[in-house]
Amino acid sequence: MTRRGICAFMGAMVLLMACALSASAEDALMMATTTSTDNTGLLDVLAPKFQEDTGIELKWTAVGTGKALEMGKNCDVDVLLVHAPAAEKAYVAAGYGKDRTEVMYNDFVIIGPPDDPAGVKGLPVVEAMKKMANEKAHFTSRGDNSGTNKKEISLWKKAGMEVPDKEAWYVQTGQGMIATIHVATEKGAYTMTDRGTFIKFEDTHGGNPPLAILAEGDPVLFNQYSALAVNPERCPNARYELARTFTEWITSKDIQAFIGDFKLLGKTLFTPNAK
Amino acid sequence: MDYILSGLIQALELLFQGDPETFSAVKTTVLASSLSVAASMAIGTPVGFWLGYVPFPGRRPARVVVDTLLSLPTVVIGLLCYAFMTHRGPLGDWGLLFTLPGMAVGQTILGLPIVIAMTATAVESLDQRLKQTLITLGADRRQILLTSLWEARFSLALAGAAAYGRIVSEVGISMMIGGNIKWHTRTITTAIALETGKGQFATGIALGLILMTVALLVNLAMTGLKRMSGT
Repeated sequence: MTRRGICAFMGAMVLLMACALSASAEDALMMATTTSTDNTGLLDVLAPKFQEDTGIELKWTAVGTGKALEMGKNCDVDVLLVHAPAAEKAYVAAGYGKDRTEVMYNDFVIIGPPDDPAGVKGLPVVEAMKKMANEKAHFTSRGDNSGTNKKEISLWKKAGMEVPDKEAWYVQTGQGMIATIHVATEKGAYTMTDRGTFIKFEDTHGGNPPLAILAEGDPVLFNQYSALAVNPERCPNARYELARTFTEWITSKDIQAFIGDFKLLGKTLFTPNAK
Repeated sequence: MDYILSGLIQALELLFQGDPETFSAVKTTVLASSLSVAASMAIGTPVGFWLGYVPFPGRRPARVVVDTLLSLPTVVIGLLCYAFMTHRGPLGDWGLLFTLPGMAVGQTILGLPIVIAMTATAVESLDQRLKQTLITLGADRRQILLTSLWEARFSLALAGAAAYGRIVSEVGISMMIGGNIKWHTRTITTAIALETGKGQFATGIALGLILMTVALLVNLAMTGLKRMSGT
């Protein structure tokens, strides 16, 4: 390792840096989205199709809805694909985002051990929440301010109680949806998930999952996903035109049909409902 | 238990069938960690030399600060870097967020204390007669720096290897600054976090084994360099 060797090494490093910088300079649409669209594999099939149709590369970072909205506030992304309608409307009203467009939906379900120790099977969801609390049945919560977490909190309130934050039977994982389902599996606990993620979980376990759907089908469990553009008046760096192209694309007839055809174990994960 | 075995089989499959996603993650990992180790060494060795060689007031507290920074958690570095690099932050216009150079900046902060602390220790433990001989022979400052670092080269290589080990295995900075973006800033460690989040434990283990393979290759290359430089 002579001086020449060191020079060659430094030269290689500069070259590497140049490569890395040039790769990052290209134009692409940056999206913040929720773990459910990513963990189910939906974006893995949508992104190449988007590039094929429009020539725009879609980059996404999968975080909870709360953090995704925060990233939009900080002008770090161009478009959001999230699922917390109330928070989204407040977000648009506050001028952080615009063009909120509904894209697709599924629903939330309460899952738990198949032998159902708290006896909530088939109950309306608010009754099921009350019963789980009364029986002190173990419940794992996302606890991360995600769309699913926000919905769960609203359900405890609908059941006429505070979020059981400090109860021994209530566990907050602070992790993504499938990780939380795994914690529930290990602890023999109940949890709430969107149906798409649960189908993915079923698929991973070869159609024979250790947890079962116990409460479902209530109108309050409706789970709407929407696209929002980051407001270009607040964030001059946001690529608003690309965000609009994305929204128009994902709500187009073909792509809506494509989302409806995205299935695991023969089950639809997300139902398209763009107007 | 079968996760581990199927992980091993899957690792071999991913490597030998040339899975493009895995190779993209390997490339990102190697690129980001090489950049940050090079930057840590370039900045860290002169600072470490100064800290270990030049007596100045406040040297002891400075050492304590550097030693404390050795335990700086990666999520804290990630959070601080995010606060600076977000478009509403002071460095927002540089567009470093969600890029590989941005990750390398964060990882350099992680590697720096290791390089500084180990260089300082190495220089301190050099034979004192070396300094006297160099001064007697009329060496100027730059020559003293370069000769001392040359004498300490094996300790410096060790510092580089230690920094590399810490950087290549971190996940907090890559996740917060890189954002785990497929084909761009997804490293092996953030891919493992994602696969675990998806419940694909075997794939996670496979990627872990691939990371160890990469680390092995880097260390073999280091050993080769050491042999070339003569013992």
